[in-house]
Amino acid sequence: MSKREDLKKILVIGSGPIIISQAAEFDYSGSQACLALKEEGYEVVLINSNPATIMTDKEIADRVYIEPLTLEFVSRVIRIEQPDAILPTVGGQTGLNLAKQLDEHGVLEKYDVELLGTSLKSIMQAEDREQFKQLMLDLAEPVPQSKTVTTLDEATEFVQTIGFPAIIRPAYTLGGTGGGIAKDEAEFEEITSNGLSLSPITQVLIEQSIAGFKEIEFEVMRDHADNTMVVCSMENFDPVGIHTGDSIVYAPVQTLSDREYQMLRDVSLKLISALKIEGGCNVQLALDPNSFEYYIIEVNPRVSRSSALASKATGYPIAKLAAKIAVGLTLDEIKNPVTQTTFAMFEPMLDYVVAKIPRWPFDKFNQADRNLGTQMKATGEVMAIGRNIEEATQKAVRSLEIETQSLTLPEMATKTDEELADLLVHARDDRLFAIYEAIKRHWSLPEIHELTKIDLFFLDKLLRIFEIETALKAQPNASELLKLAKQNGFSDEMIADFWQMTTDEIRNVRKGQNLLPTYKMVDTCAGEFEAHTPYFYSTYETETERHADSDKTVLVLGSGPIRIGQGIEFDYATVHCAQTLKEAGYQAVIMNNNPETVSTDFSISDKLYFEPLTLEDVLNVVDVEKPLGVIVQFGGQTAINLAAPLEEHGVKILGTTVADVDRAEDRDEFNQIIKQLAIPQPVGKTAFTNDEAQANANEIGYPVLVRPSYVLGGRAMQIVHSDEQLQTYMTTAVEVSPHHPVLIDSYLSGKECEVDAICDGETVLIPGIMEHIEGAGIHSGDSMAVYPAQTFSQTVIDQIEAATIKLALELKCRGLMNVQFVVHDETVYVIEVNPRASRTVPFLSKVTDIPMTQLATKVIMGEKLADIGYQTGIAAYTGQVHVKAPVFSFSKLNNVDSLLSPEMKSTGEVMGSDATFAKALAKAFLGSGFDIPSEGQVLLTIDDQQKARATTIARRLIELGFRISATDGTADYLEKDGIKVANRVGKFGSDGDHELGKVLASQKISMVVNTVDDGNSHHEDGAKMRALAISHEILLLTSLDTLNALTGMLEEQSYTLAAL
Amino acid sequence: MKKRYLVFENGEVIEGEAFGADVARAGELVFNTGMTGYQESITDQSYNGEILMFTYPLIGNYGINFDDDESVAPTTAGVVAHEVARTASNWRNQMSLDTFLKQHDIPGIKGIDTRSLTKKIRMQGSTKAAIVDEIESAPELINSLALSATKLVELSSTHKAYPNPNTGKRIVVVDFGLKHSILRELAERNCNVTVLPADSTAQEVLNCQPDGVLLSNGPGDPKNVPAALEMIRTIEQLVPIFGICLGHQLFALANGCDTFKMKFGHRGFNHPVKEIITNRIDFTSQNHGYAVDAKSVAQTELFITHEEINDQTVEGLRHKQYPAFSVQFHPDAAPGPHDASHLFDDFLEMIDSQQRQKELEQHV
Repeated sequence: MSKREDLKKILVIGSGPIIISQAAEFDYSGSQACLALKEEGYEVVLINSNPATIMTDKEIADRVYIEPLTLEFVSRVIRIEQPDAILPTVGGQTGLNLAKQLDEHGVLEKYDVELLGTSLKSIMQAEDREQFKQLMLDLAEPVPQSKTVTTLDEATEFVQTIGFPAIIRPAYTLGGTGGGIAKDEAEFEEITSNGLSLSPITQVLIEQSIAGFKEIEFEVMRDHADNTMVVCSMENFDPVGIHTGDSIVYAPVQTLSDREYQMLRDVSLKLISALKIEGGCNVQLALDPNSFEYYIIEVNPRVSRSSALASKATGYPIAKLAAKIAVGLTLDEIKNPVTQTTFAMFEPMLDYVVAKIPRWPFDKFNQADRNLGTQMKATGEVMAIGRNIEEATQKAVRSLEIETQSLTLPEMATKTDEELADLLVHARDDRLFAIYEAIKRHWSLPEIHELTKIDLFFLDKLLRIFEIETALKAQPNASELLKLAKQNGFSDEMIADFWQMTTDEIRNVRKGQNLLPTYKMVDTCAGEFEAHTPYFYSTYETETERHADSDKTVLVLGSGPIRIGQGIEFDYATVHCAQTLKEAGYQAVIMNNNPETVSTDFSISDKLYFEPLTLEDVLNVVDVEKPLGVIVQFGGQTAINLAAPLEEHGVKILGTTVADVDRAEDRDEFNQIIKQLAIPQPVGKTAFTNDEAQANANEIGYPVLVRPSYVLGGRAMQIVHSDEQLQTYMTTAVEVSPHHPVLIDSYLSGKECEVDAICDGETVLIPGIMEHIEGAGIHSGDSMAVYPAQTFSQTVIDQIEAATIKLALELKCRGLMNVQFVVHDETVYVIEVNPRASRTVPFLSKVTDIPMTQLATKVIMGEKLADIGYQTGIAAYTGQVHVKAPVFSFSKLNNVDSLLSPEMKSTGEVMGSDATFAKALAKAFLGSGFDIPSEGQVLLTIDDQQKARATTIARRLIELGFRISATDGTADYLEKDGIKVANRVGKFGSDGDHELGKVLASQKISMVVNTVDDGNSHHEDGAKMRALAISHEILLLTSLDTLNALTGMLEEQSYTLAAL
Repeated sequence: MKKRYLVFENGEVIEGEAFGADVARAGELVFNTGMTGYQESITDQSYNGEILMFTYPLIGNYGINFDDDESVAPTTAGVVAHEVARTASNWRNQMSLDTFLKQHDIPGIKGIDTRSLTKKIRMQGSTKAAIVDEIESAPELINSLALSATKLVELSSTHKAYPNPNTGKRIVVVDFGLKHSILRELAERNCNVTVLPADSTAQEVLNCQPDGVLLSNGPGDPKNVPAALEMIRTIEQLVPIFGICLGHQLFALANGCDTFKMKFGHRGFNHPVKEIITNRIDFTSQNHGYAVDAKSVAQTELFITHEEINDQTVEGLRHKQYPAFSVQFHPDAAPGPHDASHLFDDFLEMIDSQQRQKELEQHV
């Protein structure tokens, strides 16, 4: 074995909070890498600021530091731990950037720490545009003509030589943040200026556009003996021009002949060898659809989102092997973990097709710019496996959990031909559906190809789906068509719709014909070798490879694609549930469709079904596995939504019963319970019509909180202050109907908090209370929160405890439950109860050391908390203070208002832990990516209602040495109160527009505080200011509560300075 | 859609849909795991007498072009697929796979659960089968296979010598079912090639005054080509030799090694092969159902230079005295990776060093 014996301790750097373009895939790769290193006998130290991950579980590394991923903190960990080496290649761009910083600041040299996996030189060669160009020149490999520039003038001069369209890529930004394609001079100037300001080194690359070329990716690996191999090839449905993270992708490549494939394979292997990477690497190539001409687009010298996808698409665990290679092992001495009979030096061969479709957040952010380009916008993705493209594509579409299960998006039918053509040319998230609509309108494929540049091969596959749809519609009940439809991915629900039957009727017809899905194994070798991978997908073939083989099977439903409001936390819970079941001797079966996550690593469960999470797909797996029951409470709303229909089909739901979940979620029933238990609750009503809503609101009294029923992540929730606002909300934000009532609650100002509880019917364990820093009105997922609660009196805590216990017992909760409270005048009011795992479970599990998911799983399976050693009530706690801070991805999404509101907007979170609240808070700010300002100007724009409070805080800020800038109205108010306003900033509008932009760009502003009247959340001035602050990466606060906490923290940290 | 059947020697029948030529044909059913390269594989004469099944569930997706054929008249007995693309999309596409198979009189059957069949072959070993429209016609076709088994090379090889002129080294290629890619690799290196029929004698080879001799790939059991062994034994003492695939097996037999029929062979291009002396691993293109028995090598003048890392199949041999070596895989790729194409350079270098040696000897 060539394993390095000179290394003992290795530091792994995680990727930090989930943001667009750096998401759950690094939890998967990071935890795999840590476990792989432990398996090889190394002592593993991990630093990552994200508590909502499997990676930061104590079991993953020998020591886990949940600390900000900054040079300072990583350096301190290095000083304390004295590791022999660092593995920076599994922590995304964050890991690589930190490695660079550690080197630049001499930390690596000083502490004699070696970088594993890839050298700094290689990182620079792959990432620095000029060095990359030089390397390509040396290797005689073509790259698009380009030039690195640092000023707009330089850029404009160069673009004359290459013409439009031209691509602008800022240096060192995540996921190509701030980049774009400019079609003319005006666009060019705008994107270039923005790109220059976003680049930490004020550098952008101007590049010749090769839009329309085929975009091909290779995931390649290499070891120190220079063994190189391809794990997976992938072809983007969308040609070059759309970020690969925002592209629909198929694996393996679909339209390349062997000659083209081998040509690009050779190039990819040549690159990984030239970069001397020891591990995995992603190579993106552009291939002319009409010749052998190709260009290298980019190389990622680390594991990436694409490598996670490739791992799930092939079964080949790239990150795990990359870690092993990094410590000296070679591919020919590591066993292939899939077959266990062959070696890792093996290029996987697929006998199926994989489709990946991104999941975008535009359902939440309906104001956002939905156009796709070089800036990634998706928050997550789904993957589906089938035996043909049609099947894989349709399975992927119904995995998305969007408003349609099929390629027909109802709104497309209303588009004019011109509008439709525009949607084809200017790709948005819904282009796939626009293409399908064009096919329905009998536009010719060459015509569609002309508009989209998408290969005719793919377009023909969509046409084929349409032809089958047409045939199905033309021949209702044609049972001979059923098989064809199922083989091409049509769901029972779609067929039922075509045939005007119920889904159950189709299901029965299908079963009557013995037309059942067959489950095939993902084995890396196309069946050539015997494999024991417990990894399956459904298709309609003749032989199934999966049969029920245990009478102790439990099916755990995952949470599907990552989206705003349903993030990685639910994957965390799914994983722990499955592992607990395994340990308890059950056969744990996971069903999920998200390729980025840990739960879809086949080594986590006993069996993994990579499938859409719809009723049909789950029932099919239930038919095969015959489980004792299904656990839905860890898979977010995706799984919860399936509980009732599954039960109706005779499937046992384990844990809290469907009836009890309904009692918690149905307003009226819940109100009855609350009344009966005598727990205070904000006055609330349910409205089934517009008029009813108005009447209810007036009865309750404004302000009121309105929202649709049955939601997660506070979608379309709003605080309204008047009839007029309510009318607007009712007509634009929701569609009220007898099936979808709107909830109207009295809005109580005060501190919010939430608790999670585990209940077995007798004991109600409350691991802790999380106090929100921002007051009511901001979604709990977007609030900063602290554990343990800092400001609650014992009376308040007692009320919280008592209410939680009563609710858990009354609702017959079995497993986890989350309760949200608002504390108003020392009285605790219940806002809502969710009888399922919540977003805070990983955070609380980590800080309280109570394994909540594990306990909940045991309870669900019938164990008693008392027997495990837990008792009713809030668990005692004496540790540090922990602050959770949300992290947003606003800089990736144009036109999304960053104002915090009842609608959740954050994509991830970090944790700051320390001895005091102030220190923990400081770490949370640092971890979320902001330098904490200690001087400079604070720009205030405050709404009228809060001006008085702002004045008090402003005074404290001046005391701390800040200077105050303010917009006119706020400045007037402050000056009236004797506060010196150093700088008055004109409002937007007349000529203020320009001025404010300049002020923000001047870098004298260290923080922007902008609050608005709740009813005016779309006030344009404020929105522009917030957008500007974000684009200049200035710390932006939209709640005085946050500012207050920050100021308090700064006061704690600073000395007082006063003359005698 | 016309029905068609895949009938096995044990009488089992699988129903599918017809494509390609309307002709019934039998062969040994083998599977190839490559995800691209169906054109090269179908035109590879090493599949003569074999029904070729693709494990990747889609073929025909990029059509057929005029550049990537591996023979002029493909002799694959039939093609089994899950799906044949109805639309081929590639800038070099000249005709559909369906039309191509019709032109070359090769039947195809699609709509097959190829994974299920692949697993069956893996477990039970390769089997004889027939692609037919009338199930009853299958047994006779299958029975007649034995008769043609010994003639596969004769059916695949050229019957007349022909040149591929160039300005470089004079190379004689003995055609046992030659893939064009071997000629492409030699042409790229400016070799002045003469292709000779499989039954050429040593004298006929030597008459060409070759600098080196390349023993090509070809179909079937190497023991069915006994005449070649005598030729090789003579030539190897006089001229540098490079054997590929069947050529490798014949080189082994000629030097006293034994060969055996594998359970289901190696067909695909992800087979990792290690060069023992350097530990270098290449992914190789392979297509063989027979292999050299490793144990039999020890008693001979040959030694093993390469092996497959998963099942230790003998992948390369070299003569202890003579400048002669051979590989089981296809360094000419097509389809498959180019990782091992350096072997052609090694061959030409071997010729150079041999000539230097000779000159030196003459000088002394």
